[in-house]
Amino acid sequence: MGKRNVIVVGAGIIGAAIARVLQQRDMDVTIVDRGATAGGTSSSGEGNLLVSDKGPGPELELAQHSLRLWRGLAKDLQFEAGVDFPALEFQSKGGMVAAFGSVQSEALVQFADAQRRAGVEARPLSTEDALAIEPELSPSISSVMHYPEDAQVQPAIATEAFLASARAAGTRVLVDTDVLGPLCDSAGRIVGVRTDRGDFAADDVVVAAGPWSGQVAGVLGGTLSILPRKGFLLVTARMPHSIFHKVYDADYVGAVGSDDRELQISTVIESTAAGTVLIGSSRQHVGFDGALDVEAIRQIAVRAVRLMPFLSQATIIRTYSGFRPFARDHLPVIGPDHRVPGLWYAAGHEGAGIGLAPATAEMLASLMVGEQPTISASPFSPGRASLVGLLSRRE
Amino acid sequence: MGSRLVPPHGDPVAPETSAVVSITVDGVTVDGLLGQTLAGVLLASDRLAWRTTSFGDRPRGLFCGIGTCFDCLIMVNGQRNVRACQRRAVEGDRVEFHRDLPFLDDQFDDGPLA
Repeated sequence: MGKRNVIVVGAGIIGAAIARVLQQRDMDVTIVDRGATAGGTSSSGEGNLLVSDKGPGPELELAQHSLRLWRGLAKDLQFEAGVDFPALEFQSKGGMVAAFGSVQSEALVQFADAQRRAGVEARPLSTEDALAIEPELSPSISSVMHYPEDAQVQPAIATEAFLASARAAGTRVLVDTDVLGPLCDSAGRIVGVRTDRGDFAADDVVVAAGPWSGQVAGVLGGTLSILPRKGFLLVTARMPHSIFHKVYDADYVGAVGSDDRELQISTVIESTAAGTVLIGSSRQHVGFDGALDVEAIRQIAVRAVRLMPFLSQATIIRTYSGFRPFARDHLPVIGPDHRVPGLWYAAGHEGAGIGLAPATAEMLASLMVGEQPTISASPFSPGRASLVGLLSRRE
Repeated sequence: MGSRLVPPHGDPVAPETSAVVSITVDGVTVDGLLGQTLAGVLLASDRLAWRTTSFGDRPRGLFCGIGTCFDCLIMVNGQRNVRACQRRAVEGDRVEFHRDLPFLDDQFDDGPLA
Protein backbone atom coordinates (compact mmCIF):
# COMPACT_ATOMS: atom_id res chain seq x y z
CA MET A 1 0.00 0.00 0.00
CA GLY A 2 1.28 3.44 -0.90
CA LYS A 3 1.63 6.46 1.29
CA ARG A 4 -1.45 8.22 2.63
CA ASN A 5 -2.21 10.96 0.19
CA VAL A 6 -3.48 14.29 1.57
CA ILE A 7 -4.63 17.48 -0.17
CA VAL A 8 -4.42 20.66 1.89
CA VAL A 9 -6.50 23.55 0.57
CA GLY A 10 -4.76 26.80 1.54
CA ALA A 11 -1.12 27.86 1.33
CA GLY A 12 -1.20 30.14 4.34
CA ILE A 13 0.61 29.43 7.57
CA ILE A 14 -1.94 26.89 8.81
CA GLY A 15 -1.88 24.84 5.60
CA ALA A 16 1.90 25.14 5.38
CA ALA A 17 2.43 24.02 8.99
CA ILE A 18 0.05 21.09 8.43
CA ALA A 19 1.85 20.04 5.25
CA ARG A 20 5.18 20.01 7.06
CA VAL A 21 3.89 17.85 9.92
CA LEU A 22 2.02 15.40 7.66
CA GLN A 23 5.11 15.10 5.51
CA GLN A 24 7.13 14.26 8.62
CA ARG A 25 4.58 11.53 9.32
CA ASP A 26 5.40 10.06 5.93
CA MET A 27 2.26 11.18 4.14
CA ASP A 28 2.22 12.47 0.59
CA VAL A 29 0.99 16.08 0.64
CA THR A 30 -0.28 18.40 -2.07
CA ILE A 31 -1.17 22.00 -1.20
CA VAL A 32 -3.69 23.73 -3.44
CA ASP A 33 -4.32 27.47 -3.29
CA ARG A 34 -6.46 29.58 -5.59
CA GLY A 35 -3.96 32.45 -5.23
CA ALA A 36 -0.35 32.74 -4.12
CA THR A 37 1.43 31.29 -1.10
CA ALA A 38 1.04 33.39 2.06
CA GLY A 39 -1.29 35.52 -0.05
CA GLY A 40 -4.13 36.14 2.38
CA THR A 41 -4.38 36.53 6.13
CA SER A 42 -0.89 35.13 6.73
CA SER A 43 0.73 38.17 5.17
CA SER A 44 -1.74 40.75 6.50
CA GLY A 45 -0.92 40.73 10.20
CA GLU A 46 1.88 41.44 12.62
CA GLY A 47 3.04 37.89 13.29
CA ASN A 48 1.81 37.75 16.84
CA LEU A 49 2.72 34.81 19.06
CA LEU A 50 0.74 35.85 22.13
CA VAL A 51 -0.50 34.51 25.40
CA SER A 52 -1.21 37.96 26.89
CA ASP A 53 -4.51 38.47 25.07
CA LYS A 54 -6.03 35.13 26.00
CA GLY A 55 -8.01 34.32 29.12
CA PRO A 56 -7.95 30.86 30.69
CA GLY A 57 -9.49 28.19 28.46
CA PRO A 58 -8.79 25.95 25.50
CA GLU A 59 -7.43 28.69 23.23
CA LEU A 60 -4.90 29.73 25.86
CA GLU A 61 -3.85 26.09 26.30
CA LEU A 62 -3.40 25.77 22.55
CA ALA A 63 -1.46 29.06 22.49
CA GLN A 64 0.82 28.03 25.36
CA HIS A 65 1.59 24.72 23.68
CA SER A 66 2.10 26.42 20.34
CA LEU A 67 4.48 28.98 21.83
CA ARG A 68 6.55 26.14 23.27
CA LEU A 69 6.66 24.57 19.80
CA TRP A 70 7.59 27.92 18.21
CA ARG A 71 10.66 28.30 20.40
CA GLY A 72 12.14 25.14 18.91
CA LEU A 73 10.66 25.69 15.47
CA ALA A 74 12.23 29.08 14.93
CA LYS A 75 15.60 27.34 14.72
CA ASP A 76 14.42 24.10 13.11
CA LEU A 77 12.60 25.91 10.30
CA GLN A 78 15.61 28.07 9.58
CA PHE A 79 17.65 24.90 9.23
CA GLU A 80 15.05 22.98 7.20
CA ALA A 81 14.40 25.89 4.85
CA GLY A 82 18.07 26.18 3.97
CA VAL A 83 21.00 28.51 4.48
CA ASP A 84 19.88 31.00 1.88
CA PHE A 85 16.48 31.46 3.49
CA PRO A 86 15.85 34.87 5.08
CA ALA A 87 15.69 35.04 8.87
CA LEU A 88 12.27 34.36 10.38
CA GLU A 89 12.73 37.43 12.59
CA PHE A 90 11.61 35.45 15.63
CA GLN A 91 11.84 37.77 18.60
CA SER A 92 10.89 36.74 22.10
CA LYS A 93 10.44 40.36 23.06
CA GLY A 94 7.57 40.12 25.52
CA GLY A 95 4.36 42.11 25.68
CA MET A 96 3.46 45.18 27.72
CA VAL A 97 -0.20 45.90 28.35
CA ALA A 98 -0.97 49.40 29.60
CA ALA A 99 -4.20 50.45 31.27
CA PHE A 100 -5.60 53.97 31.51
CA GLY A 101 -7.67 54.83 34.58
CA SER A 102 -8.69 52.77 37.58
CA VAL A 103 -11.52 50.81 35.95
CA GLN A 104 -9.31 49.50 33.16
CA SER A 105 -6.45 48.89 35.62
CA GLU A 106 -8.65 46.78 37.83
CA ALA A 107 -9.91 44.75 34.88
CA LEU A 108 -6.33 44.19 33.74
CA VAL A 109 -5.21 43.05 37.19
CA GLN A 110 -8.11 40.60 37.47
CA PHE A 111 -7.52 39.28 33.96
CA ALA A 112 -3.82 38.79 34.71
CA ASP A 113 -4.62 37.01 37.98
CA ALA A 114 -6.75 34.49 36.12
CA GLN A 115 -4.06 34.07 33.46
CA ARG A 116 -1.40 33.51 36.11
CA ARG A 117 -3.45 30.67 37.60
CA ALA A 118 -3.45 29.16 34.11
CA GLY A 119 0.34 29.29 33.96
CA VAL A 120 0.89 32.57 32.10
CA GLU A 121 3.73 34.79 33.25
CA ALA A 122 2.14 38.17 33.98
CA ARG A 123 4.16 40.66 36.02
CA PRO A 124 2.67 43.92 37.24
CA LEU A 125 5.07 46.83 36.74
CA SER A 126 5.06 50.21 38.38
CA THR A 127 4.76 53.11 35.97
CA GLU A 128 8.42 53.99 36.65
CA ASP A 129 9.61 50.45 35.97
CA ALA A 130 7.53 50.28 32.82
CA LEU A 131 8.92 53.58 31.54
CA ALA A 132 12.44 52.41 32.34
CA ILE A 133 12.16 49.51 29.88
CA GLU A 134 9.69 51.14 27.45
CA PRO A 135 10.59 54.84 27.60
CA GLU A 136 8.16 56.10 24.96
CA LEU A 137 5.07 54.86 26.83
CA SER A 138 2.73 57.66 27.83
CA PRO A 139 3.52 58.76 31.39
CA SER A 140 -0.23 59.06 31.99
CA ILE A 141 -0.77 55.29 32.02
CA SER A 142 -2.22 53.96 35.25
CA SER A 143 -0.80 50.46 35.34
CA VAL A 144 1.21 48.06 33.22
CA MET A 145 1.36 44.27 32.97
CA HIS A 146 4.45 42.66 31.49
CA TYR A 147 4.07 39.34 29.64
CA PRO A 148 7.61 38.05 29.01
CA GLU A 149 6.37 35.05 26.97
CA ASP A 150 4.84 37.05 24.11
CA ALA A 151 6.85 36.79 20.90
CA GLN A 152 6.80 37.85 17.29
CA VAL A 153 7.75 36.38 13.94
CA GLN A 154 7.70 37.75 10.39
CA PRO A 155 4.54 35.94 9.29
CA ALA A 156 5.08 35.79 5.52
CA ILE A 157 8.65 34.54 5.91
CA ALA A 158 7.49 32.03 8.54
CA THR A 159 4.80 30.73 6.16
CA GLU A 160 7.32 30.38 3.36
CA ALA A 161 9.69 28.60 5.74
CA PHE A 162 7.03 25.99 6.59
CA LEU A 163 6.40 25.61 2.85
CA ALA A 164 10.10 25.32 2.05
CA SER A 165 10.48 22.65 4.71
CA ALA A 166 7.44 20.73 3.42
CA ARG A 167 8.61 21.05 -0.19
CA ALA A 168 12.05 19.74 0.70
CA ALA A 169 10.32 16.68 2.16
CA GLY A 170 8.23 16.15 -0.97
CA THR A 171 5.14 18.35 -0.71
CA ARG A 172 3.78 19.70 -4.00
CA VAL A 173 2.43 23.27 -3.92
CA LEU A 174 -0.10 24.20 -6.63
CA VAL A 175 -0.87 27.92 -6.67
CA ASP A 176 -3.47 29.69 -8.84
CA THR A 177 -5.54 26.54 -8.61
CA ASP A 178 -9.23 26.78 -7.78
CA VAL A 179 -10.96 23.95 -5.97
CA LEU A 180 -14.24 23.36 -7.80
CA GLY A 181 -15.70 20.38 -5.97
CA PRO A 182 -15.10 17.05 -4.28
CA LEU A 183 -14.38 13.69 -5.80
CA CYS A 184 -16.45 11.18 -3.84
CA ASP A 185 -16.74 7.42 -3.83
CA SER A 186 -20.09 5.64 -3.86
CA ALA A 187 -20.24 5.72 -0.05
CA GLY A 188 -19.94 9.54 -0.02
CA ARG A 189 -16.36 9.59 1.20
CA ILE A 190 -14.11 12.30 -0.22
CA VAL A 191 -11.46 10.74 -2.43
CA GLY A 192 -10.01 13.90 -3.94
CA VAL A 193 -10.80 17.33 -5.34
CA ARG A 194 -11.79 18.69 -8.70
CA THR A 195 -9.85 21.82 -9.66
CA ASP A 196 -9.58 24.08 -12.67
CA ARG A 197 -6.28 22.32 -13.35
CA GLY A 198 -7.67 18.81 -13.24
CA ASP A 199 -8.70 16.19 -10.71
CA PHE A 200 -6.48 15.19 -7.82
CA ALA A 201 -7.07 11.99 -5.88
CA ALA A 202 -6.50 11.97 -2.13
CA ASP A 203 -7.22 9.88 0.93
CA ASP A 204 -8.02 13.03 2.91
CA VAL A 205 -8.72 16.69 2.20
CA VAL A 206 -7.86 19.39 4.74
CA VAL A 207 -9.47 22.82 4.51
CA ALA A 208 -7.06 25.47 5.84
CA ALA A 209 -8.22 28.44 3.81
CA GLY A 210 -8.40 31.04 6.58
CA PRO A 211 -11.40 33.36 6.26
CA TRP A 212 -12.41 31.61 3.02
CA SER A 213 -12.62 28.20 4.74
CA GLY A 214 -16.40 28.35 4.95
CA GLN A 215 -16.70 28.77 1.19
CA VAL A 216 -14.18 26.00 0.48
CA ALA A 217 -15.96 23.69 2.91
CA GLY A 218 -19.24 24.44 1.13
CA VAL A 219 -17.73 23.70 -2.28
CA LEU A 220 -16.53 20.36 -0.93
CA GLY A 221 -19.92 19.42 0.49
CA GLY A 222 -19.13 20.24 4.10
CA THR A 223 -20.55 22.84 6.48
CA LEU A 224 -18.41 25.36 8.29
CA SER A 225 -19.20 28.91 9.32
CA ILE A 226 -16.16 31.16 9.21
CA LEU A 227 -16.62 34.91 8.75
CA PRO A 228 -14.06 37.55 7.76
CA ARG A 229 -13.23 40.08 10.46
CA LYS A 230 -11.42 42.95 8.81
CA GLY A 231 -8.44 44.72 10.34
CA PHE A 232 -6.15 47.60 9.36
CA LEU A 233 -2.48 48.13 10.14
CA LEU A 234 -0.42 51.29 9.75
CA VAL A 235 3.28 51.07 8.90
CA THR A 236 5.74 53.84 9.76
CA ALA A 237 8.95 54.73 8.01
CA ARG A 238 12.03 53.09 9.48
CA MET A 239 13.09 54.81 12.66
CA PRO A 240 15.79 54.36 15.29
CA HIS A 241 14.81 51.40 17.46
CA SER A 242 12.60 52.94 20.13
CA ILE A 243 9.88 50.36 20.90
CA PHE A 244 11.18 47.28 22.63
CA HIS A 245 8.12 45.18 23.44
CA LYS A 246 4.80 44.49 21.87
CA VAL A 247 2.84 47.32 23.44
CA TYR A 248 -0.94 47.14 23.83
CA ASP A 249 -3.72 49.17 25.26
CA ALA A 250 -5.50 47.08 27.92
CA ASP A 251 -8.73 47.28 25.93
CA TYR A 252 -7.17 44.83 23.43
CA VAL A 253 -8.37 41.97 25.58
CA GLY A 254 -11.95 43.15 25.52
CA ALA A 255 -12.01 43.56 21.75
CA VAL A 256 -10.64 40.13 20.84
CA GLY A 257 -13.42 38.36 22.65
CA SER A 258 -16.10 40.82 21.66
CA ASP A 259 -18.98 40.11 19.33
CA ASP A 260 -19.67 43.75 18.57
CA ARG A 261 -20.15 44.21 14.84
CA GLU A 262 -19.29 47.91 14.82
CA LEU A 263 -15.78 49.25 14.23
CA GLN A 264 -13.59 48.49 17.22
CA ILE A 265 -10.16 49.95 17.81
CA SER A 266 -7.64 48.57 20.24
CA THR A 267 -4.07 49.75 20.16
CA VAL A 268 -1.25 47.37 19.34
CA ILE A 269 2.21 48.76 18.61
CA GLU A 270 5.45 46.97 17.80
CA SER A 271 8.63 47.58 15.93
CA THR A 272 9.95 45.19 13.33
CA ALA A 273 13.50 44.09 12.73
CA ALA A 274 13.63 46.33 9.67
CA GLY A 275 12.99 49.39 11.83
CA THR A 276 9.42 50.09 10.78
CA VAL A 277 6.71 50.23 13.42
CA LEU A 278 3.40 48.40 12.97
CA ILE A 279 0.38 50.12 14.48
CA GLY A 280 -2.99 48.42 14.86
CA SER A 281 -5.63 47.40 15.27
CA SER A 282 -9.20 47.51 14.10
CA ARG A 283 -11.98 44.96 13.96
CA GLN A 284 -14.91 45.21 11.60
CA HIS A 285 -17.48 42.88 10.13
CA VAL A 286 -17.84 44.21 6.59
CA GLY A 287 -17.64 40.96 4.63
CA PHE A 288 -14.75 40.73 2.18
CA ASP A 289 -14.76 44.46 1.46
CA GLY A 290 -11.07 45.38 1.35
CA ALA A 291 -11.65 49.09 0.73
CA LEU A 292 -9.58 51.74 2.46
CA ASP A 293 -11.41 53.14 5.49
CA VAL A 294 -9.96 56.51 6.48
CA GLU A 295 -12.01 56.69 9.66
CA ALA A 296 -10.65 53.36 10.90
CA ILE A 297 -7.10 54.44 10.10
CA ARG A 298 -7.62 57.82 11.77
CA GLN A 299 -8.92 56.20 14.93
CA ILE A 300 -6.02 53.75 15.04
CA ALA A 301 -3.56 56.64 14.74
CA VAL A 302 -5.27 58.74 17.42
CA ARG A 303 -5.32 55.86 19.87
CA ALA A 304 -1.71 54.93 19.16
CA VAL A 305 -0.57 58.47 19.94
CA ARG A 306 -2.44 58.29 23.25
CA LEU A 307 -0.40 55.20 24.19
CA MET A 308 2.96 56.33 22.77
CA PRO A 309 2.89 60.11 22.22
CA PHE A 310 6.15 60.25 20.22
CA LEU A 311 4.35 58.53 17.35
CA SER A 312 2.65 61.84 16.54
CA GLN A 313 5.92 62.71 14.75
CA ALA A 314 6.21 59.37 12.95
CA THR A 315 5.76 59.13 9.19
CA ILE A 316 3.18 56.59 8.04
CA ILE A 317 4.40 55.09 4.77
CA ARG A 318 1.49 52.77 4.13
CA THR A 319 -1.53 51.02 5.52
CA TYR A 320 -2.96 47.63 4.72
CA SER A 321 -5.92 45.55 5.67
CA GLY A 322 -6.64 41.87 6.01
CA PHE A 323 -9.36 39.48 7.08
CA ARG A 324 -9.23 37.43 10.24
CA PRO A 325 -10.93 34.04 10.00
CA PHE A 326 -13.62 34.45 12.62
CA ALA A 327 -15.49 31.58 14.25
CA ARG A 328 -18.64 32.54 16.11
CA ASP A 329 -17.47 31.11 19.46
CA HIS A 330 -13.95 32.56 19.05
CA LEU A 331 -12.28 29.15 18.91
CA PRO A 332 -10.40 27.57 16.04
CA VAL A 333 -12.07 24.63 14.31
CA ILE A 334 -9.67 21.68 14.16
CA GLY A 335 -10.78 18.18 13.25
CA PRO A 336 -12.98 16.09 10.95
CA ASP A 337 -16.31 17.06 9.43
CA HIS A 338 -18.41 14.30 10.95
CA ARG A 339 -20.82 14.34 8.02
CA VAL A 340 -18.26 14.05 5.23
CA PRO A 341 -15.71 11.30 5.81
CA GLY A 342 -12.26 12.30 4.65
CA LEU A 343 -12.85 16.05 5.05
CA TRP A 344 -10.90 17.88 7.77
CA TYR A 345 -10.82 21.47 9.00
CA ALA A 346 -8.13 23.70 10.46
CA ALA A 347 -9.57 27.20 10.40
CA GLY A 348 -11.12 30.00 12.41
CA HIS A 349 -8.01 31.18 14.26
CA GLU A 350 -9.11 34.80 14.07
CA GLY A 351 -6.08 37.03 14.78
CA ALA A 352 -4.00 34.29 16.36
CA GLY A 353 -3.27 31.95 13.46
CA ILE A 354 0.46 32.64 13.23
CA GLY A 355 0.90 31.82 16.90
CA LEU A 356 -1.45 28.83 16.84
CA ALA A 357 -0.21 27.26 13.59
CA PRO A 358 2.33 24.78 15.03
CA ALA A 359 -0.02 23.38 17.68
CA THR A 360 -2.91 23.30 15.21
CA ALA A 361 -0.84 21.30 12.74
CA GLU A 362 0.31 18.90 15.43
CA MET A 363 -3.24 18.41 16.70
CA LEU A 364 -4.69 17.79 13.27
CA ALA A 365 -1.94 15.31 12.41
CA SER A 366 -2.57 13.40 15.65
CA LEU A 367 -6.31 13.25 14.93
CA MET A 368 -5.70 12.07 11.38
CA VAL A 369 -3.64 9.08 12.51
CA GLY A 370 -5.89 8.30 15.49
CA GLU A 371 -3.45 9.38 18.19
CA GLN A 372 -4.34 11.26 21.34
CA PRO A 373 -3.31 14.91 20.73
CA THR A 374 -0.97 16.57 23.26
CA ILE A 375 -3.82 18.76 24.45
CA SER A 376 -7.50 17.92 24.23
CA ALA A 377 -8.97 18.44 20.77
CA SER A 378 -12.62 18.26 21.80
CA PRO A 379 -13.06 22.03 22.44
CA PHE A 380 -11.97 22.59 18.83
CA SER A 381 -14.14 19.91 17.29
CA PRO A 382 -16.15 21.01 14.24
CA GLY A 383 -19.09 19.22 15.85
CA ARG A 384 -18.89 21.04 19.20
CA ALA A 385 -22.03 22.27 20.90
CA SER A 386 -21.14 25.96 20.65
CA LEU A 387 -21.18 25.74 16.86
CA VAL A 388 -24.40 23.74 16.59
CA GLY A 389 -27.06 25.85 14.98
CA LEU A 390 -24.37 27.90 13.28
CA LEU A 391 -23.33 24.98 11.14
CA SER A 392 -26.56 24.95 9.22
CA ARG A 393 -26.77 28.70 8.87
CA ARG A 394 -25.21 30.05 5.69
CA GLU A 395 -24.14 33.67 5.71
CA MET B 1 25.53 80.19 -3.85
CA GLY B 2 26.41 77.66 -6.46
CA SER B 3 26.12 77.39 -10.17
CA ARG B 4 22.67 75.80 -10.00
CA LEU B 5 21.01 78.94 -8.70
CA VAL B 6 19.18 80.98 -11.29
CA PRO B 7 20.11 84.65 -10.69
CA PRO B 8 17.00 86.65 -9.68
CA HIS B 9 17.12 88.82 -12.80
CA GLY B 10 17.05 85.74 -15.05
CA ASP B 11 14.50 83.80 -13.01
CA PRO B 12 11.18 83.36 -14.90
CA VAL B 13 9.41 83.19 -11.53
CA ALA B 14 10.52 86.82 -11.03
CA PRO B 15 10.88 86.68 -7.25
CA GLU B 16 10.11 89.97 -5.50
CA THR B 17 12.69 89.52 -2.82
CA SER B 18 15.96 87.76 -2.44
CA ALA B 19 16.12 87.97 1.34
CA VAL B 20 18.59 85.49 2.74
CA VAL B 21 17.63 82.52 4.90
CA SER B 22 20.41 80.71 6.77
CA ILE B 23 20.30 77.04 7.63
CA THR B 24 22.97 74.59 8.73
CA VAL B 25 23.73 71.49 6.72
CA ASP B 26 25.62 68.93 8.78
CA GLY B 27 26.86 71.84 10.91
CA VAL B 28 27.94 74.04 8.01
CA THR B 29 26.03 77.29 7.52
CA VAL B 30 24.39 77.54 4.11
CA ASP B 31 22.51 80.57 2.87
CA GLY B 32 19.48 80.32 0.64
CA LEU B 33 16.74 82.63 -0.52
CA LEU B 34 13.63 83.11 1.52
CA GLY B 35 10.88 81.01 -0.05
CA GLN B 36 13.15 78.27 -1.34
CA THR B 37 12.53 74.70 -0.35
CA LEU B 38 15.28 72.87 1.49
CA ALA B 39 15.91 70.99 -1.76
CA GLY B 40 16.29 74.33 -3.51
CA VAL B 41 18.78 75.58 -0.94
CA LEU B 42 20.74 72.33 -1.09
CA LEU B 43 20.87 72.26 -4.89
CA ALA B 44 21.86 75.93 -5.02
CA SER B 45 24.75 75.10 -2.71
CA ASP B 46 25.84 72.39 -5.16
CA ARG B 47 24.76 69.50 -3.00
CA LEU B 48 23.22 66.73 -5.11
CA ALA B 49 22.82 63.88 -2.62
CA TRP B 50 21.70 63.98 1.00
CA ARG B 51 20.63 60.45 1.68
CA THR B 52 21.79 56.89 1.00
CA THR B 53 19.64 53.88 0.13
CA SER B 54 18.96 51.03 2.55
CA PHE B 55 20.66 48.52 0.29
CA GLY B 56 23.97 49.35 -1.32
CA ASP B 57 24.36 52.83 0.21
CA ARG B 58 23.60 54.48 -3.11
CA PRO B 59 23.42 58.29 -3.04
CA ARG B 60 20.00 59.94 -3.38
CA GLY B 61 18.83 63.54 -3.67
CA LEU B 62 16.09 65.26 -5.64
CA PHE B 63 14.27 63.07 -8.15
CA CYS B 64 10.67 64.11 -8.84
CA GLY B 65 10.81 67.42 -7.01
CA ILE B 66 7.03 67.46 -6.50
CA GLY B 67 6.56 65.41 -3.34
CA THR B 68 5.64 62.14 -4.96
CA CYS B 69 8.72 59.93 -4.99
CA PHE B 70 10.04 60.34 -1.42
CA ASP B 71 13.59 60.07 -2.76
CA CYS B 72 14.75 63.41 -1.31
CA LEU B 73 14.22 62.53 2.36
CA ILE B 74 16.36 64.45 4.78
CA MET B 75 16.58 65.01 8.50
CA VAL B 76 15.39 68.45 9.67
CA ASN B 77 15.66 69.61 13.26
CA GLY B 78 15.95 65.98 14.38
CA GLN B 79 12.93 64.82 12.42
CA ARG B 80 13.61 62.02 9.95
CA ASN B 81 11.88 61.43 6.62
CA VAL B 82 11.22 65.03 5.68
CA ARG B 83 10.79 65.57 1.93
CA ALA B 84 13.31 68.27 1.08
CA CYS B 85 11.26 69.32 -1.95
CA GLN B 86 8.15 70.01 0.14
CA ARG B 87 9.66 71.86 3.09
CA ARG B 88 10.42 75.56 2.82
CA ALA B 89 13.68 76.58 4.45
CA VAL B 90 13.17 78.40 7.74
CA GLU B 91 15.87 80.53 9.36
CA GLY B 92 17.98 78.34 11.63
CA ASP B 93 16.82 74.98 10.24
CA ARG B 94 19.23 72.26 11.25
CA VAL B 95 19.51 69.93 8.28
CA GLU B 96 21.39 66.65 8.49
CA PHE B 97 22.30 63.95 6.03
CA HIS B 98 19.64 61.20 6.22
CA ARG B 99 21.77 58.28 7.26
CA ASP B 100 20.14 54.90 6.95
CA LEU B 101 19.48 52.76 9.99
CA PRO B 102 21.06 49.39 10.53
CA PHE B 103 18.80 46.33 10.36
CA LEU B 104 18.58 44.65 13.73
CA ASP B 105 19.86 41.28 12.54
CA ASP B 106 21.65 40.62 15.78
CA GLN B 107 18.42 40.90 17.71
CA PHE B 108 16.70 37.88 16.21
CA ASP B 109 16.51 35.01 18.62
CA ASP B 110 17.08 32.58 15.78
CA GLY B 111 19.92 34.65 14.36
CA PRO B 112 21.17 34.54 10.81
CA LEU B 113 22.44 31.09 9.87
CA ALA B 114 25.50 32.21 7.98
